[in-house]
Amino acid sequence: MNHLDRLEAQSVYIFREAYRDFKQLGMLWSIGKDSTVLLWLARKAFFGHVPFPLIHIDTSYKIPEMIRYRNEKALEWNLNLIVGQDTESIKNKRTFPDGSIDRIACCKALKADALKYTLDGTWPRLKLNHSTGQLEPDTSPTPFTGVIVGARADEEGSRSKERYFSPRGIDHDWDIADQPPEFWNQYKTDFAPGTHVRIHPLLDWTELNIWEYILRENIPIIDTYFAKNNENIRYRSLGCYPCTHPVDSPSRNVSEIVEELRTGKFVNIAERSGRAQDKEDGGGLETLRREGYM
Amino acid sequence: MERMNVVIVGHVDHGKSTFTGRLLADTGSLPDGKLDQVKAWCAVNARPFEYAFLLDALKDEQAQGVTIDAARCFFKSEKRHYIIIDAPGHIEFLKNMITGASRAEAAILLIDANEGVQENSRRHGYMLSMLGIKQVVVLINKMDLVNYDQGIFEKVKSEYSNFLSELGVQPAAWIPVCARDGDHLVHHSPSMGWYHGVTVLEAMDCFHKEQSSELLPFRFPVQDIYKFTAQQDDRRIVAGTIASGRISANTDVIFYPSGKRSRINTIEGFNIQTPHQVSADESTGFTLHPQIFIKAGEIMCKVQDPPPQMGTHFKANIFWLGKQPLVLKKNYKLKIGTLRVSVSVEKILNVINAAELNVESKGEVARHEVAEVILKTTKPIAFDTAADHPHTSRFVIVDEYDIAGGGIIMANHPNASSETVGIESSIELSPIDPARRTLLHGHSGKAVFISGIQAARIGKEIEQTLFESEVLSYFIGITDHQSIDIGLHSIRLLTNAGFVVIVAVDLSPTEIVDLAHVITDSVVISDTTPVSDIVASITTVIH
Repeated sequence: MNHLDRLEAQSVYIFREAYRDFKQLGMLWSIGKDSTVLLWLARKAFFGHVPFPLIHIDTSYKIPEMIRYRNEKALEWNLNLIVGQDTESIKNKRTFPDGSIDRIACCKALKADALKYTLDGTWPRLKLNHSTGQLEPDTSPTPFTGVIVGARADEEGSRSKERYFSPRGIDHDWDIADQPPEFWNQYKTDFAPGTHVRIHPLLDWTELNIWEYILRENIPIIDTYFAKNNENIRYRSLGCYPCTHPVDSPSRNVSEIVEELRTGKFVNIAERSGRAQDKEDGGGLETLRREGYM
Repeated sequence: MERMNVVIVGHVDHGKSTFTGRLLADTGSLPDGKLDQVKAWCAVNARPFEYAFLLDALKDEQAQGVTIDAARCFFKSEKRHYIIIDAPGHIEFLKNMITGASRAEAAILLIDANEGVQENSRRHGYMLSMLGIKQVVVLINKMDLVNYDQGIFEKVKSEYSNFLSELGVQPAAWIPVCARDGDHLVHHSPSMGWYHGVTVLEAMDCFHKEQSSELLPFRFPVQDIYKFTAQQDDRRIVAGTIASGRISANTDVIFYPSGKRSRINTIEGFNIQTPHQVSADESTGFTLHPQIFIKAGEIMCKVQDPPPQMGTHFKANIFWLGKQPLVLKKNYKLKIGTLRVSVSVEKILNVINAAELNVESKGEVARHEVAEVILKTTKPIAFDTAADHPHTSRFVIVDEYDIAGGGIIMANHPNASSETVGIESSIELSPIDPARRTLLHGHSGKAVFISGIQAARIGKEIEQTLFESEVLSYFIGITDHQSIDIGLHSIRLLTNAGFVVIVAVDLSPTEIVDLAHVITDSVVISDTTPVSDIVASITTVIH
């Protein structure tokens, strides 16, 4: 087995543990490369099937290609898609792009809070109807007790301390000082009522591994990661367009990205360097993550 | 390029984070500007710069000045990629140290030359041996504080070496270092001219990849059984990750503890060429022929391999992490492989102080203690002993909602009972071709499962009707879970003999579908369907 085989086997094992022990299981799908690999690994684990819903938190500021790709793949791969949104903040223009709050506060509302209340079923959420191809109100929003997330340890500091199975309190808080032990492939699969568990099958993957795997498996990936036409810019990490900037890079396909990461100029530049909210204050992202951010 | 996980352990303040930070800096593994960013932070906060700050990505840690969790960092040498797991040295965070160390294939243990061997130097050494990490390099750090004195290096080495040898741990190297200054990390140092051994990086490159457990007997803890019906998928897949050994299609297998036998029909996967063979550490799935009713948690083995041990009582070495002590007779949950079973402590043989290796006799095992105990499960389980087979000897104990301890099975306890149901494995079936029976009887065999509260009444009525029209028919009622195995066995015998078996099952609809699926030639019908319709459709399918 090579290193990708090992990473894949470990992720598949985690998926199957999650599916076995969490009756109300869902998976976050941000459309980016990591969650697309996550989705592929789910199909590996369940022999082509995805036996739980995918949850997308739509901030309404996502790069438009992302929404197109989401709807297309959801129909093609027969995915059970659930969409959540902080419609109040968007309607009342309490967002960073509207100029009324800072980036971190905007992330908290449109992403962290929207996620929290979508997961616990208290806010209205939408569900994809496969016969019409349209999103419709989810009439029976049950709270999720297990949520699969594509966080990787190498992304940034706070994620490097995550567990594969990471419990969250009633308010979705993450008690980083008192995390469960994990050893010998045994994880925290028992949880108190009202709490839930975040499951991280990609924790040990690096950005390079993700692209190597996309290359090996030939996984269809959204093309905003590639430089197009005569321009030498592309997105390295995808988010909301007001806070996500492309990087200078001529890579036009997956193998060029793999090569660029192996040898090129990105070797020593952080992947999320194009994500403005990470820089707002030293521990902003970490504070958000403790309160439930993905 | 290959990858290796290496954990850094040792007593609090013996320099683990400083070592890791300096190692990353000296191997050019830090992101551009990271070092300057941390130096600037130190200047603003009027703190002298420390390499340890590089790792303390979280505000919490910077405030407390201790590593609370096992952080991971990445770097590569010319030989391989490393994932460095910086484990906390503070006793309060032992569970985090174990979490970090259990993912490692090798360990670097630091001891402060000035302070010498401390409580957690020993405790961590003990945990490494228990976790099964055999490759260890010991660094005697902060040599600058003892004037780079070779005598002090030798003294600490000799003391700790005695301790480790009691645990059966043989370090691959002993290296005097000053992590802060980078002495002997990547480069040799002029300040310790008396040392001619390897640098830390060289020692790490000498670690070898763990021997694959491919050559051990085949062990496949069944993680789940899938029957996804979407898109007309009718595979019933036994899924899991191979703990050891290898297997190919058409191999005879036996499940423990049930003792049921079957044969590998196909190896399943997604987006792959169907492999001819799968081996240790692969996450895979199999279809079986014939179908049998087994549950998640059983261990699938090859019929030809030595079987695992079985019983309800076993002797184990455990470490305890729970906030509440481990006590006698209380019910806990045991997770071993993919099995979850209720367990209690029958006897505490002795409690060992991990830091001193002193043995005490106590009635409970407190947090951070290790002990030798006899555990008792409510049902017989299959396992191996640590000496025979590390993977299938390891378990954790769950108290309420939390993993509160871990351990390894040392021996099957003498008065343990060895039980296996084994009914299907001990009966030989008729060699006559079922097609010839169909010719003789004028119809084929079939199992018809009736679900719903009226199932028994309707089932008997159907049997009667079929009997009157000269169909070989037979009614069986299954009323509880205990009767499933014997019921299924009878159904299989009777359908094999050419009977139409009418089965009334008092179980949930999903359970009935799962049951029906282990019988070839079966259908499930609800008790709300009129009897005449059921009889008509049965008559059609059997002729």
